[in-house]
Amino acid sequence: MTGFLQHTFDGLVNGAFYALLALGLAVIFGMLRVVNFAHGAFYMLGAMGAYVLLAEFGVPFWWALVIMPVVLGVLGMALERAFVHRLARLDPLYNFLLTFGLVLILQDLVKSRYGVQSIPYATPESLGGSVDLGIFDFPTYRVFVLGFAVAICVAVWWALTHSRVGMVVRAATERPELTRAFGINVGRWVTPVFGFGIALAGLAGVLAAPMRAVNPLMGADLIIVVFAVVVIGGLGSIFGSVAAGFGIGLIQAWGVVYLADWPILSQTLVFIVMAAVLLWRPAGLFGREEAPA
Amino acid sequence: MTTAVESEPGAKPGPARSGLVAVSRAPWWVRYALLVAGLAVALWLPNGLYPAVAVDILCWALLAVSVDLLLGFTGLMSFGHAAFWGTSAYLAGIAAIKAGLPFPVAVLTGALGAAVIALPIGYLAVKRTGIYFAMVTLAFAQMIYYVANKWGSVTGGENGLQAVPRELGGLDLSDEYYFYYAALPIALLGLWAAWRIVNSPFGRVLVGIRDNPARARALGYPVHRYKLTAFVLSAFLAGLGGGLFAMGHQFVSLDVLHWTTSGKAVIVVVLGGIGTLWGGVLGAALLVRLEDWLSFSGFEQIGLVTGTIFVLAVLLFRRGIWGTAVDLVRRWQARRGRTED
Repeated sequence: MTGFLQHTFDGLVNGAFYALLALGLAVIFGMLRVVNFAHGAFYMLGAMGAYVLLAEFGVPFWWALVIMPVVLGVLGMALERAFVHRLARLDPLYNFLLTFGLVLILQDLVKSRYGVQSIPYATPESLGGSVDLGIFDFPTYRVFVLGFAVAICVAVWWALTHSRVGMVVRAATERPELTRAFGINVGRWVTPVFGFGIALAGLAGVLAAPMRAVNPLMGADLIIVVFAVVVIGGLGSIFGSVAAGFGIGLIQAWGVVYLADWPILSQTLVFIVMAAVLLWRPAGLFGREEAPA
Repeated sequence: MTTAVESEPGAKPGPARSGLVAVSRAPWWVRYALLVAGLAVALWLPNGLYPAVAVDILCWALLAVSVDLLLGFTGLMSFGHAAFWGTSAYLAGIAAIKAGLPFPVAVLTGALGAAVIALPIGYLAVKRTGIYFAMVTLAFAQMIYYVANKWGSVTGGENGLQAVPRELGGLDLSDEYYFYYAALPIALLGLWAAWRIVNSPFGRVLVGIRDNPARARALGYPVHRYKLTAFVLSAFLAGLGGGLFAMGHQFVSLDVLHWTTSGKAVIVVVLGGIGTLWGGVLGAALLVRLEDWLSFSGFEQIGLVTGTIFVLAVLLFRRGIWGTAVDLVRRWQARRGRTED
């Protein structure tokens, strides 16, 4: 039983990363109809940035947790203005390709400076050790990551439902033309929302630095799993993306343990779930059917 | 998704109803001249380049054409063609190593295998369109990548397949130069097949589905089945390229299934011109040549250069090489037409 709870906890922690990345993707997609291939690269930049801040400037984890999302958010806004914006009126596939090109560039830039070896990043001292939550000991840092990620997701949810910006974003997500027709300047929010989504990816990266291998390729494979996650949840649905993120984290964690004899199966569970969802509800668990194309 | 996007002229990927049609409308002697020139270049290629690079160009040309068959002529952007390219490379390699099959038969085995796995993947993927189709195909390709990585007893895992023999009725094909000429007929057959598909009644229906799926459905065409057929045919062509690639290198590694291969295949098509078929061949030749030149000159950040080219191509050069050429010729003709009036 304790074993099961432990795997469940680990699954939720891994799911927290999927959820944060899926949330950023979903917010950006809702506002811009852009699927950001470079999302994983920004996650990687968040982790690498935390390392560079610590190693070269002695900036501790807590400051990195603030600085990197802001820096990457600003970088994201600049990218939106410089590139993404130019392709906004075209088929979304062009922006998918553009961000794919950006991935190759960003990965190689980091690789040329820091190599491909994984870099260790120490857990901040205040979050070392473990906490006893009654049943067994949890590593403090993982508990923190889970709590922090859930808090972020709830905060974003609250902002979307209770603030004026959130209302505009939701309205523009559901009915872009109608929102404009009501005289709301949707375009004004496009750049900040893109930056915000990127900042979330950077935040996830900083959180990942102390518990995952930090290297230039860390975001590349992850983002493809996150794509599967948002197909499962339904990219148009912000709640669906987050829920699917945690759900896939759980399923993977259980799969690794209970399907240990079938490594091929346990490694590919997320894609099998995606196949099942495509059969059963092609629009995703929480998505709406697209207008017939 | 939104009609505003689609009403933008030239906004959809695809030749904006021009590329292919324009080429077909070109006078017969222009078409034959292009064909003869193309064949001449294909025959001359290994004399002007390293034969190994020339073989790679053949393989990538097949991959590009297979991607364009979907992207340019069916309106589906597959971001997972590494699955078919790579599966075929592995299958062809295994067929040659374990069964000692002659290399064209091994390549054909690989391509058929690619078509077989394309059936379930395509069946699921065509349920979605647009950007979702890209994400779904990408995810399934990654699944195949994981399977190949974990299934080391068959694929050799991280080591890959080594020393793939290429055998054909006792001919000595160990020299890349001669292998190129042995591989050329297979590649040309594949390219011809793609051209034939695009210019068949079936291909016209595909273009109809690309331009207006709702109308195609209303006219009674089973849209999903047409898309699935196109997907499987495309996977077969990609498989021909992948199988030849395995034979050319006599080595198969996990790289053939990596998502960067899928992405590069799409970008090569954009570079050459979406919906132009032959543009993809040019794009493939350029990319292979460039990557070879970069690695030969000891430059390690190949992704930096290719990535920059991709970004610039998407931002500034969306018609691609072939599309731009057709456009220039058309403009020149229009101007001449005016002065003659």
